[in-house]
Amino acid sequence: MEKVGIVGVGQTKYERKKEDTFAELVFEACTGALADAGVGIEDIDNVVTVSNDFWDGRTISSMAVMDAAGSWDKDISTVEGDGVFGAMYGMMRALSGSFDTTLVVAHVKGSEGNMNLITNAMFDPIFQRQLGIDATSSAALQARSYMEKTGATEEDFARVSVKNHGNGVNNPFAQIQKKISVDDVMKSRKISEPLKLFDCSPITDGAAAIVISNEKGMKRFKKDPVWILGAAHISDSYTLGYRDLTSSPALEAAVKKAYGMAGITDPLKELDVVELADVYSYMELLWYEGLGLAPKGKGADLIRSGATAMDGDLPVNPSGGLLCAHPVLVAGLARIIEATLQIRGEAGDRQVKGANKALAHGINGPCGQAHGVFVLGS
Amino acid sequence: MGKRVAVVGFGQTIGRSSRKDVNGVEIINEAVVAALADAELTIDDIDAIVIGNMDHFEGINYVDSWSVEGSGGVMKPIFKVTTGGTTGSSVAMCAYYHAASGMFDRVLAIGWEKNSESDTTGAIITAFDPFWERPNIGGAIAGLAVEASKYMSNYGVTERDGARVAVRERLHALNNPYAHLHQEWMKGMEVDQLVELLVTSEQNQVLAYPLRMSDMCPRTDGAAAVVFASEDVAEKIAPIPAWVVATANRHDYVYLGDLNWDVNETLRDASRKVFEKAGIKEPLKEIDVCELYMPYSYAGLKWMENIGFCGPGEGPKLLWDGTTDMDGELPVNPSGGVMSYNAIGATALIRVGEAAIQVMRKAGTRQVQKDVNYALSTGFGGCSWADVMLLGKNKPA
Amino acid sequence: MTNQEEKKQELLTVTSGEMYQPYNWSAGSRGSRFLTELKENKRLFGIKCPKCGRVYVPPRKVCGRCYVAMDELVPVSDEGEIVVCAIIEFGFVDPATGVQRPVPYGYIFVRLDGADTTLPHFCNSADPEKVKVGARVKAVFEDERKGTLMDIRHFELI
Repeated sequence: MEKVGIVGVGQTKYERKKEDTFAELVFEACTGALADAGVGIEDIDNVVTVSNDFWDGRTISSMAVMDAAGSWDKDISTVEGDGVFGAMYGMMRALSGSFDTTLVVAHVKGSEGNMNLITNAMFDPIFQRQLGIDATSSAALQARSYMEKTGATEEDFARVSVKNHGNGVNNPFAQIQKKISVDDVMKSRKISEPLKLFDCSPITDGAAAIVISNEKGMKRFKKDPVWILGAAHISDSYTLGYRDLTSSPALEAAVKKAYGMAGITDPLKELDVVELADVYSYMELLWYEGLGLAPKGKGADLIRSGATAMDGDLPVNPSGGLLCAHPVLVAGLARIIEATLQIRGEAGDRQVKGANKALAHGINGPCGQAHGVFVLGS
Repeated sequence: MGKRVAVVGFGQTIGRSSRKDVNGVEIINEAVVAALADAELTIDDIDAIVIGNMDHFEGINYVDSWSVEGSGGVMKPIFKVTTGGTTGSSVAMCAYYHAASGMFDRVLAIGWEKNSESDTTGAIITAFDPFWERPNIGGAIAGLAVEASKYMSNYGVTERDGARVAVRERLHALNNPYAHLHQEWMKGMEVDQLVELLVTSEQNQVLAYPLRMSDMCPRTDGAAAVVFASEDVAEKIAPIPAWVVATANRHDYVYLGDLNWDVNETLRDASRKVFEKAGIKEPLKEIDVCELYMPYSYAGLKWMENIGFCGPGEGPKLLWDGTTDMDGELPVNPSGGVMSYNAIGATALIRVGEAAIQVMRKAGTRQVQKDVNYALSTGFGGCSWADVMLLGKNKPA
Repeated sequence: MTNQEEKKQELLTVTSGEMYQPYNWSAGSRGSRFLTELKENKRLFGIKCPKCGRVYVPPRKVCGRCYVAMDELVPVSDEGEIVVCAIIEFGFVDPATGVQRPVPYGYIFVRLDGADTTLPHFCNSADPEKVKVGARVKAVFEDERKGTLMDIRHFELI
């Protein structure tokens, strides 16, 4: 893959309910990314927006943000899915020979719709939807299967939640900044057995944007880029009954490709920081395995070992992850931003010392059906 | 930097008002199977997939995840692109960029819609701003009717001009086995006779003056798929690949109220960009065939002007002179166009596919006879957005 | 299944029933000012771009062409000119009310005096001879207003 990197990032503070419109959030994220990159909108050659019609309550959800995303007299398109896929597309466009720089921006206002109904709508209308299944109840199924298969316990899930909430306290963008204990998690309100309140990510409003540039476009920017060393996306099968919910072959396939591109053979050793999609606490353990950080079935061992804590060998989710702020769709893009800040040494109180190589991860579809990963480096 | 890319295969389902015999996943699969057969490839040969439709027409969230077993995306890279009416062309452009980036050699673009599964106008209304536009809008028809009213007022264009466009689309569709609307009764009748019939018939209901039923596009259940291939493999797959010479789009507007009602600016600007990139100075002369995304008849007059095929107000002349008929200098919509088949997520992609098969000389009974060096396809949707893609016989320099 | 049985097999559909998705959209600070002025004072406002000077109605934060934030609210007239229009004659179900919209009705885009963009709304007439490009119209306000665009009942020909 030719050289391509991230030269600007911007994100709004993530909150339970923001008064701004979609367009205002997008403008805030975009102007933030442009300011960070030290350029104006005229230096952006094309734009990719990320939004979802159900989450926005608008068919053609992208229409609301065209002005705010800088579409005027530019090529622009829209990915409907997690921001990590928007970033993939933005990167492809910067490598296509047609554009040197791409602005990618994602937005969502979880506060404006009904999350249960919106995620229920991703289930097949003929055979599944009437069960009332949604993101959380399907996640509960997956969590339960994982526990049965691997012997992971609810306390193991709680350890993830405790770690990430503790990390979130250091992230000024995070919605939830609250130190908690395993006991707090275990005692928190049951949402969908075995998932309790602190096992689940919150409902969030926010937006985030990144500026991607190929090598030729780099001369417009003053800061050193964070290079994209490898990137890949893969989708698993759809019907929950067809998939083995206790493993993530799609994630394995995606990292195999991305690690190959980046020349990584031992991710646990070679990566300095990981930002993954912990929509629910148990997912972090599943993704440890998919990312090749822990052997199959041994995700719980890794959290117990402390290796993924801030002072461990490979900190995971120093930002607090999705458990502290889950703007749907923006999620993967925010992970890319966090990984970028880490490599630049601009992550403030949540900085992992000497971070040179990072992995950012995003998911789409029920129970983490599709995965996208970016390996970033200095 | 960047690979050259060509279309090497195209498949579509036959347009129908309602395909109760298949669910969405199955209709997608039909188009995919057809496209792969056309390219003589298997799903294993496909390196990545892009899919698009408009969510609220079927009421399914995360369609790329839901349909993966039909699209062939299981354990492949796949995501969804959606931009309203331009979805199909945005999907085509996305597949093009996948291959142009050098990361994927063979990319499948899929567009589909089962319009029968929902209330089209109701769903379209939700595209518009809930505060400023939804309370009074009348769906797509109203937005198009107002454009037509201004065009008529500016240039003295008449109902007969609009009807003449509709007649052309219907006659062209008779050559297209996939078209949804086949007005067999029109066969063998004189054009002038048909125009007269359309403007005087009481059964041809006026929806919003000057638009009558005959001026509008249908609602179709359909799916289409196009295979894009990078220059590393394209020539091994297709005897005459349809090379993507240039592509550009403009989605400048958020509110209908901001539009310039005299000129379709986005189409003008996107076309200008494509012609500039391709080195085309005289579009009417240099382009051999055009699949113009025309959701209603008057667009076939006004938008031809905005693309630059003729000057302002000259659209009717181009039409009545026969320039846009099958044996004219610039045949428009040999497929019968959107007015003969409109499965929204697929529609703009079908324009690309139909333009491609003209270049590839695979258009069968709707093949333009003359040499096709350049075929232009356009997409339209949303707040008067435009996508333009120019395909060519010769590999770009 | 035998061929006969296949032929007889009914093709079924599953209905979404009363499925609905409720939303509460934010008007934003500028949209809220517009609606508040409309509701309380029957006054209309646009927003002016500090760079190009265009006045946008309804107000929004970003001028798309200049890519700058706009803050200057300027009053615009409640009178204006029809820029484009159509008489809608086909019935359809309004997704906001679930009820069929009564037809025919006049659908117009008005450029209020002082504004550079047009505002879509209803006209009090459905007469194609009168509802024409260039006709002058004036806003008619509801007596009881709620802070929505429909606090303007329609525009009347003047």
